[in-house]
Amino acid sequence: MADGVKPRVKAPKKAAAGEVVTLKTLISHKMESGQRKDKQGNKIPRSIINRFTCDFNGANVIDATLEAAISTNPYIEFEAVVNESGEFKFTWYDDDGSVYEDSKSIKVG
Amino acid sequence: MKMKAATAALIALMAAPAMVAAGADDDTLIINEEITMTTKAPAPAHLSDALDEVMSGWHFRSDGTQAMQMDDFDNPGMIGVEAGLEAWNTAEGSEGKSCASCHGDAESMAGIKAVYPKYNAEAGEVRTLQMQMNACRTERMGAEAWKYDKGDAINMEALLASVSRGMPVNVAIDGPAAATWEMGKELYYTRTGQLDLSCASCHEQNYGNMIRADHLSQGQINGFPVYRLKNTKLNGVHSRFKGCVRDTRAATYKPGSAEFVALELYVASRGNGLSVEGPSVRN
Repeated sequence: MADGVKPRVKAPKKAAAGEVVTLKTLISHKMESGQRKDKQGNKIPRSIINRFTCDFNGANVIDATLEAAISTNPYIEFEAVVNESGEFKFTWYDDDGSVYEDSKSIKVG
Repeated sequence: MKMKAATAALIALMAAPAMVAAGADDDTLIINEEITMTTKAPAPAHLSDALDEVMSGWHFRSDGTQAMQMDDFDNPGMIGVEAGLEAWNTAEGSEGKSCASCHGDAESMAGIKAVYPKYNAEAGEVRTLQMQMNACRTERMGAEAWKYDKGDAINMEALLASVSRGMPVNVAIDGPAAATWEMGKELYYTRTGQLDLSCASCHEQNYGNMIRADHLSQGQINGFPVYRLKNTKLNGVHSRFKGCVRDTRAATYKPGSAEFVALELYVASRGNGLSVEGPSVRN
């Protein structure tokens, strides 16, 4: 597991049925591109978050592939329609195999 | 003389395309829909000959950059604040103490950032916040001093700035701090480097104009530490000074040097009355 990786999510706690809610996510991560060299001239191996997903009550909301040009601490903001109470599950996949998760429940009504 | 004429021509060139909206806007900075910031204030008395109004650099940035600072979740500088809070609660050194062991909650430090750099009677010197932190670390905690403007030190400064947000900058420039302040003022108005520019050439005489592709602000430091989009990290005041001096093509002073401490005191005093904004977001 890379150093200092911490996922964060900002989501509303309640919404009206059928409302479009904005979800903000950020994961602190170096996002080493694999293009850089160290002082000795050796390539620094790539180490990035390569995939991000969000599910709501088991149904997929967003599934994003992240590439090496994405900056440090990737911030992803998106919208979702909520029709019922439930739980958003957020998952980040690291190049090194680590998986970081966070979840937020939302109440409709 | 020839050099001066060339500089005058350069400044004239810089001023020419300036009429393209590079000036300060009139937006209002409210953080988390909670803290309303004073981003424009009457110039402090010592500065009234040179400026009528002092303005935060926030006004000189694009709407997108401005918005990032208005919500803590969107402000990448807050990641540094979180890391600073972790360090605040971590015991280090031979005494087994953390910052929290003596000071309690980080919130208890509200107002501290607003009055630094500050004269320390015991040490007989003007100290920046980072110097004071390191005095705490080496004398009270028995820990190693942090490197100036680097990781832990800048994160801690960001934490201390964040708990003071909204409070007016109010550094003392009289009494025992006066000599240091004078030295800082001298440095501010001294032209350096091949380009023969002083701080005032850009930030007093040409704020609101463009310097090539960059907007010139008043160079206020009420928003430090600042998260810069260009290097995606928190930047300290001294490192920023160093960048500016380097850009005049002069040999620079070192972060933490007596010269930069004096300059920090002087530049901070030019922003007396503006809110502490750190960690702010800039280009």
